[in-house]
Amino acid sequence: MSYLSLSAKDKVEMLARVGAASVDDLFCCIPEAVRFKRPLDLPAAQSELELVRTIDTVGAKNAYGHHLSFLGGGAYDHFIPTVVDYLSSRGEFVSPYTPYQPEVSQGTLQLIFEFQTLICQLTGLDIANDSLYDGSTGAAEAVLMAHRVTSRDKVIVARSLHPQYREVVRTYIKNLGIEAVEVGFGPDGRIDAAELKRVLDDKTAAVVCQSPNFFGVVEDIRALSDAAHGVKALSVAVVAEALSLALFEAPGKLGADIVTGEGQSFGLPVSFGGPYLGFMACKKEFLRQMPGRITGQTVDKEGRRGFVLTLSTREQHIRRERATSNICSNQALCALRATIFMETLGKQGLREMAWQNAQKAAYAADKLAAIQGVKRKFTGPLFNEFVIELRKPWPAVDAALRAKGIVGGYGLEPEYPGIGSSAVVCVTELRTKDEIDRLARTLQEVLS
Amino acid sequence: MIKEIREPLIFEISAAGKRASELPQLDVPAKKDLLAGVPLRREIDDFPEVSETEITRHFTRLSTKNYCVDMGIYPLGSCTMKYNPKINERLAAHPAFAASHPLASADLVQGSLEVLKKLEGCLCEIAGMDAFTLQPAAGAHGELTGMMLIRRALEARGDARKYVLIPDSAHGTNPSSAHICGYTVKEIKSNEKGTIDLASLEQEMTEEVAALMVTNPNTLGVFESDICRIAEIVHAKGGFVYMDGANLNALTGVVRPGDMGIDVMHINLHKTFSTPHGGGGPGSGPVGVKKELVPFLPVPVIVEKGGRYTLDFDRPGSIGRVRAYFGNFGVIVRALCYILTLGPKGVREIAEFAVLNANYIRKSLEGEFYLKYPTASMHECVFSDKFQKEFGVTNLDISKRLIDFGMHPPTMSFPLIVHGALMIEPTETESRRDLDMFIDAMKAIAKEAKENPEILHAAPHVTYVSRLDEVAAAKFPVLRWEKKA
Repeated sequence: MSYLSLSAKDKVEMLARVGAASVDDLFCCIPEAVRFKRPLDLPAAQSELELVRTIDTVGAKNAYGHHLSFLGGGAYDHFIPTVVDYLSSRGEFVSPYTPYQPEVSQGTLQLIFEFQTLICQLTGLDIANDSLYDGSTGAAEAVLMAHRVTSRDKVIVARSLHPQYREVVRTYIKNLGIEAVEVGFGPDGRIDAAELKRVLDDKTAAVVCQSPNFFGVVEDIRALSDAAHGVKALSVAVVAEALSLALFEAPGKLGADIVTGEGQSFGLPVSFGGPYLGFMACKKEFLRQMPGRITGQTVDKEGRRGFVLTLSTREQHIRRERATSNICSNQALCALRATIFMETLGKQGLREMAWQNAQKAAYAADKLAAIQGVKRKFTGPLFNEFVIELRKPWPAVDAALRAKGIVGGYGLEPEYPGIGSSAVVCVTELRTKDEIDRLARTLQEVLS
Repeated sequence: MIKEIREPLIFEISAAGKRASELPQLDVPAKKDLLAGVPLRREIDDFPEVSETEITRHFTRLSTKNYCVDMGIYPLGSCTMKYNPKINERLAAHPAFAASHPLASADLVQGSLEVLKKLEGCLCEIAGMDAFTLQPAAGAHGELTGMMLIRRALEARGDARKYVLIPDSAHGTNPSSAHICGYTVKEIKSNEKGTIDLASLEQEMTEEVAALMVTNPNTLGVFESDICRIAEIVHAKGGFVYMDGANLNALTGVVRPGDMGIDVMHINLHKTFSTPHGGGGPGSGPVGVKKELVPFLPVPVIVEKGGRYTLDFDRPGSIGRVRAYFGNFGVIVRALCYILTLGPKGVREIAEFAVLNANYIRKSLEGEFYLKYPTASMHECVFSDKFQKEFGVTNLDISKRLIDFGMHPPTMSFPLIVHGALMIEPTETESRRDLDMFIDAMKAIAKEAKENPEILHAAPHVTYVSRLDEVAAAKFPVLRWEKKA
């Protein structure tokens, strides 16, 4: 089936108006030699009913859904109120383009203005953009931004930054002569302050640190920012679990100059890694170096309030190769979901959700650490993830847990060689006490 | 709808103590001293507090202030605003996919991996390329990835080279992406047909040039008929040809980039493959390559063997990751559903009807609006405001007046080589009735420009707000709500 709307008669009449004898005539400007002469080798067209069956069949091959899961690591399973799905699926939000014509886009522009405000409130910074692709590219954009602001070519990156974010940062900077120096972590799971001090110098553009970091440990943003500022470098705080912002002091209030991260926790399903929602906020003195779209408030000819995309001279469609970033699109529909989510949870609900995450993770951490052969790897403060260290090798434990229908965590050894048999376990508000107890019970069985 | 609806910012209707959502009581014993010594926030200052009724009204009212494809023609040139099939939304939210975790081991997410691999296969066939990566999150992200692949391939040969050639008609992301990949951009002039001038290309194409970035059809909607010769010139000096696939909608099933000398390209799934634009995103920008560039693709690469899917990370030549996880998976599901629905014939009909509709509009408006380049049009046609300028009317006035006729304006901001551009791309999904309504509106506006230009200067007249002061917005930026002191 297709989504065409012309009748056979329309087609004949329109070809006549155009002055073409056939549809092939319309392609006369394409040299005969390169034209594609056979039918495309694609599956035969399917009706809606067939398509649903096809996708059901493919979906059924995802065994993951039959497991009790404690996976986090930058993709978090949180409660999503029904209004988020309901309101965000309206065609008026789903099917417009970028709001370049503000008179017919006030809906999108106003909600993005609200999104920017919410991100500023959560991060404790002056300004926020309309969104970026995701947390990993947000981290990379923050590094490039710090490089532009400081004109320095070295960035210090915590090894406890999400391993995939670190890879993306490396991919981005490789061709630009920017060097990334990694700093390890101490027994508390926080960045190694002594090592940081050794590598910090007046060539450093930024100190990039995730909090809570990939081990779930909350960093001392104040100390990191002070250290960065001591050499006139920027402090970049990466937040892979946006919900944590509702509980901990805003990074901007602790000295961070740029806060960037992943907003998936705010109303977006884990959806195999995307689409997600990168966000970025910064101090207002860096406004002109900020990547991505920005929405601003203004007035119309009658003096009524309205919103427009603004400060676009930073962007590629005006500045071309001198733009602050090559980014063109944003993640508006994801930002809409996050905005509805944040406004629905509201001041009390968002903090309550964050608090429950912290309490449940603490309960689970204690419970698991009480099992013989299991201990907490790091002593630093936690949000909703923690690392357990095991007497037996993690791959074997993981397989045994899975055989009992549990995905217990994410093994760290492949990406952190030398860390020993350990895994990061995530507990959100969706995991019940019974489920946590079941994990503990099963782990004990597996290890005994 | 009611024109006078005023919807305040959510912060302005917030009142202490209201809420729209509750969680179950905490079911584990609460620890009193939890997080002692860690700086916690007392509350999120000024965060909204509203009821569910208010949330629903707020967003429903806001939604009525948007124009959208579901409402009517959206002829933005180069943006390919086609109909977004509803079933694809439902299937992208399928619980089996929505709940699948990107860090789960491959054997638990075989279905998700199959979706990725299937779409890669379909894109290879449609584009005539040897392999695709689905990691890039948008078109511009795909461009950057593609340029990184070229850079890495040249480095492997011993020299990354310095320059990238880009035609003056190109979209702004092209020079920006090349620049962020560490290259210096050189512009290639267009000739009187609006296509790449072969003599300029031959002169500029040296062994210091890494690649030519070409959009085909270009942003004028004109097919680069010399594309094979262009590719020969670039290849003869050891360079690569990158194709911006923004306009692939004109080509599906008719000609394949891989068959005309293209080495690397990106595809905008949110254009050609109908995934919704969502008011600005998310998009998805898969990158296709020819064999020589396969070793450099981002990791991981999905490998299929006997119906089982695994992830290959052991690729020493890889440029690395360009994004965490697997790209914009939900967008990828929609695009696959679209291709499965259309089948081989339907995919070819995309191009056939997109080109027919564009030429129908062009033919119907020729004479009323100035056409700088008389070269044959593919999926879009680029008029300008030259005739209307005589009466003091600009492309902006024409566009704003179209809104009064209940339609979205065309693209005006580029191509930069057409001053006062009106770039019109109807796409294949428009009905004759919608096309005729657009044509009639444009003709009526052309008449008004002569007889009553004032009505155009003051347009739009029917919207919630009239023209907004964009200069003031940039000069005195107000970028967030703040509580009045």
